[in-house]
Amino acid sequence: MLLIDTLFPLGITHYLVGGLLIGFAVSFLFVVTGLVGGMSTFFTATLSYVSDWSYFNQEEFVTSRNWRLAYAAGLVIGAAVWLFTLGESFQTSVSWWQLALGGFIVGFGARLSNGCTSGHGICGLASLQLPSLLAVLIFLASAMISATLVKLLGGT
Amino acid sequence: MKTSSLASVLFAGALFGFGLSYSSMIKPEVVLSFLRFEDFGLLWVLGAASFVTFLTYQLIPRVMGRPLLESVFSEHTSKMNRETLGGAAIFGIGWGICGVCPGPAIAGLGAANWPLAMTLAAIFAGAYVQGRVMGGSGEGQ
Repeated sequence: MLLIDTLFPLGITHYLVGGLLIGFAVSFLFVVTGLVGGMSTFFTATLSYVSDWSYFNQEEFVTSRNWRLAYAAGLVIGAAVWLFTLGESFQTSVSWWQLALGGFIVGFGARLSNGCTSGHGICGLASLQLPSLLAVLIFLASAMISATLVKLLGGT
Repeated sequence: MKTSSLASVLFAGALFGFGLSYSSMIKPEVVLSFLRFEDFGLLWVLGAASFVTFLTYQLIPRVMGRPLLESVFSEHTSKMNRETLGGAAIFGIGWGICGVCPGPAIAGLGAANWPLAMTLAAIFAGAYVQGRVMGGSGEGQ
């Protein structure tokens, strides 16, 4: 069991159970509504509420923005339920510049790629989409490099 | 979309948010420890979620003609092009800097992980710039 302890110093149960719950959530969405939901499209689709720039007002975004907003609201509610039942309050200590700079690049890149960890990761892999598999391998690799570099440069 | 469908979407989102929080993926420190090869737990989260979803996407359309409340099963389609792969590389760079991807940035609000609100705003800004850069003219189409 030494290898398991080395690879997963915090144990595996909460990772596995959390992942299963996420899988059930995406499955429930599909069985009941037929919708396939990654999270990153939420950002572009909801910009159509406040911007009349043509890109944000394409049909795929305008027709999906209401349910994507409901999906995101659900995400907030679910996290709040966790906080008031099993969870405990936690404030990240990652530096503000990392949160801001990283977030901006995440938003730009995920929308350019048309998918993120949930869109390409969960939904794309489950749909056996080769471009999504390649996207996942590429973003895992670039994220490992940048996370390691950030630490070397003195980041959190 | 009918109200019952929207309520179902809300419930699915809530289950997603609960699972994401339970898995500790809303803590950037945990994600960064994965990306720095210190704790490989994220692979269980991604693997379990993808496997359950894989079974659903492959089996359900064969046994059900249509979803319970709507008329068609959507499909996830991704294109093999420069945007998909280049965008993924860029996304990863950002993810490695902050340890936050879009889902946890949203769920972070519910879990009162307030610093993540900055990431949420920054993701909106990045998505906005991407739409402006890629979007051609500002005239309505």
